[in-house]
Amino acid sequence: MIRSIPRSFTIVRDRAECTNCGACVRQCANGCHFLSEDKKTVLANSNECVACHRCVCFCPTGALRIEKYICAYRDNANWTPRYQQEICRQAETGSVLLCAMGNPQPYPIYWDKILLNAAQVTNPSIDPLREPMEIRTILGNKPERLQVEKKGKSITKMPPQVILETPLMFSAMSFGSISLNAQKSLAIAAKNMGTLFNTGEGGLHPDLHDYSEYAIVQVASGRFGVHKKYLNESSFIEIKIGQGAKPGIGGHLPGEKVNVEVSQARMIPIGSDAISPAPHHDIYSIEDLRQLIWSLKQATDDKKPVSVKIAAVHNIAAIVSGAARAGADIIVIDGFRGGTGAAPTRIRDNVGIPIELALAAADARLRDEGIRSSISLVAAGSFRCSADVVKAIALGANAVYIASAALIAMGCHMCQTCNTGKCNWGIATQRPELTQRLDPETAHISLENLINAWNHEIKEMMGGMGINSVDSLCGNRLMLRGISMTEKELEILGIKHAGE
Amino acid sequence: MQKEGQIRIPSGCAIAAIIDRKGGRINGSEIIKSIALMHDRSNGLGGGFAAYGIYPDHKEDYAFHVFYETAQARKDCEKFLFKHFNVNISEKIPTKKIAAIENGPDIWRYFANPNKVHMKEARLDEKEYTAQCVIRVNNKIEGAFIFSSGKNMGCFKAVGYPEDVGEFYMLDQYDAYLWTAHGRFPTNTPGWWAGSHPFNLLDWSVVHNGEISSYDTNRRYIEQYGYICTMQTDTEVITYLFDHLIRHHELPIDVAADVLTAPEWDEIDLMDDENKEYFTNIRAVYSGALVNGPFSVILGSNKGLLAINDRLKLRSLTAATKGDRAYFASEESAIRIVCPNPEKVWSVSGAEPVFLSLELEGEDEA
Repeated sequence: MIRSIPRSFTIVRDRAECTNCGACVRQCANGCHFLSEDKKTVLANSNECVACHRCVCFCPTGALRIEKYICAYRDNANWTPRYQQEICRQAETGSVLLCAMGNPQPYPIYWDKILLNAAQVTNPSIDPLREPMEIRTILGNKPERLQVEKKGKSITKMPPQVILETPLMFSAMSFGSISLNAQKSLAIAAKNMGTLFNTGEGGLHPDLHDYSEYAIVQVASGRFGVHKKYLNESSFIEIKIGQGAKPGIGGHLPGEKVNVEVSQARMIPIGSDAISPAPHHDIYSIEDLRQLIWSLKQATDDKKPVSVKIAAVHNIAAIVSGAARAGADIIVIDGFRGGTGAAPTRIRDNVGIPIELALAAADARLRDEGIRSSISLVAAGSFRCSADVVKAIALGANAVYIASAALIAMGCHMCQTCNTGKCNWGIATQRPELTQRLDPETAHISLENLINAWNHEIKEMMGGMGINSVDSLCGNRLMLRGISMTEKELEILGIKHAGE
Repeated sequence: MQKEGQIRIPSGCAIAAIIDRKGGRINGSEIIKSIALMHDRSNGLGGGFAAYGIYPDHKEDYAFHVFYETAQARKDCEKFLFKHFNVNISEKIPTKKIAAIENGPDIWRYFANPNKVHMKEARLDEKEYTAQCVIRVNNKIEGAFIFSSGKNMGCFKAVGYPEDVGEFYMLDQYDAYLWTAHGRFPTNTPGWWAGSHPFNLLDWSVVHNGEISSYDTNRRYIEQYGYICTMQTDTEVITYLFDHLIRHHELPIDVAADVLTAPEWDEIDLMDDENKEYFTNIRAVYSGALVNGPFSVILGSNKGLLAINDRLKLRSLTAATKGDRAYFASEESAIRIVCPNPEKVWSVSGAEPVFLSLELEGEDEA
């Protein structure tokens, strides 16, 4: 059939710089670069280029660059090229459009409309270089009050707690959606930085058992890899009800990424699409959730906190309140910008709400009901920098999950084609020739650098506000002001406008 | 311009306190002398005092001190008070007209006990009932503010320098075994006397120098438990935190102080197992009550006096003792002017609370 959709990118080679070394030919898993018949010249066919920049980064002479391929369509603000091309793809395949990573559409980003405070004159800022600046975070169910015998002697038996040395945790990325090397890098970094990584829906690979105490193990609707040992050797257990990238549907691992190891970890046949059911088939109502939480606590002798992860949707405040009363120790809210290895495009781009609004609404509702202090709230769904994190904590989060940021630290260039399994950076693939490109011994250092850098920036911003403990930043909405927002947006976020 | 309470007004200040642990009487002129020395720490936009043991003839009654902006406010408030309490005495608080204190609200005082029928219907104990009534009046009745609600104690405050406020209320006619005082330097014109310090609920009074950067975290924590921060001041939220921890959670006063000024993790990590567990649990359970930001706070109560500084010791607070008496002030000179030769003088340490209990003969727990 004649190709009806223009390609997206053009590989541009500067012939003066190109030495025909062939590095790009070896690097591109999409087969864009190839040698001429006489093997003396490197040529390129840009049709399959996804702009992952692998060849650009590896070219020793910097001879390559990627351009957007401009094939002009007549201006149409309604029928944009994107919508036209998607119809062509569907006419060709009859399928649901699939995509990867988080919602790229230009919806408002509230982090970019929120400003932070600094202490001046009436109250001094604190110097993080010279004074202790505390970011240790304790997650878990908390009793409302402490029983003490006297000063220095507490007699309350505390429920299980998880102590993190940073408010940042690595979010769920399953073995299957990403390579074992990528997961191992996350596990090592989590251990070294005093935080945790999340197994996602893919179970815990045997090679990572040494890191199980730093693992948050997920119990998702497919129950892949869930067995007693998995639950008991974790840091805490997370019931994945939904994720921000695709609220209402289950996880999706395309068959091309299910090799022998993935099939063993998940306990499914090789090559089959691993599509998790939409709901958990034993959670059709809030009381069912309570029963599952109880069962997991039974299975782990009440030694592990149980967390419930929900996608940010319209009645998020009520759902969070319900989950808290159903016995969740930690509640994770995942906003609509959350990343994914594979999701139907329409769901990723149209379902769910921003984490900023969901977090603010849920935190306020829990406080109105007097139950905020007994659980921990974790926010997820696109934290691009440490300022986003500080704003989230001020809105009410105890901790945040990062995933896309961690992948970028390991080499991801957001080409958004993870679902094809041809990740040139060795991250979102299972092909051995690609996975070997990511060495955990170096990748974990990049992750640790990222966490370190963000930790320091968080401390700088906190010190600037005159706060020396993250406990005093949590829920401190007066440290935030909005700008270019409507009254209603300010009201839902529970913050004032800049200048007030 | 918004009234204080609708808008948050940060301020800096001066604080002072004198206590006679055996219940010996101290005349108001002494505390006035002490705080007057620190005149330059205030800007004349607020001053106040708390006095304990001043109503020995009405020991068993709650002494409500109330500000009324309008006649209607008084009507509405009295209707509420007379319904929920048996009021034994109702009178204006005697004051002297002086140039330094300008047109303020009407100031009334009531000696009352909870109406047992209403209290029983509400199924609350006496203190919770009274506290909730006070919060209700302050939140719901426009123009009325109960600024003191303890037994055998009272707060006296206004917009003006503290020494002028003391003269206005004729505090040299009162003798107390515990005085606290405050001079305010707000960064905006308050205009509403209720914003001055001390802040009071039941027999807690708090004077505070500093600005807490954790204010909104603390407010949103404490408002889960029935408190409403109507004045949006640091002093108010600190008072409620203490009331909640000590009265509702029955924590000893030194443990409550540990909650607000908990040590840092690098100190906790080096402690012995028992202390490590104690402080870790305190920080985990009461993270919303940790107070950050510079402060020196003096908490007065019928049990005694608690003086605390923030963990980084960013505000001055000097203490001194002589015989049964102890003195506190933002500056040592303010102590020496009323007690020239103290036996012991020291600077209160960051996160090391000083608690001095009252040992009154024949007194039962309030």
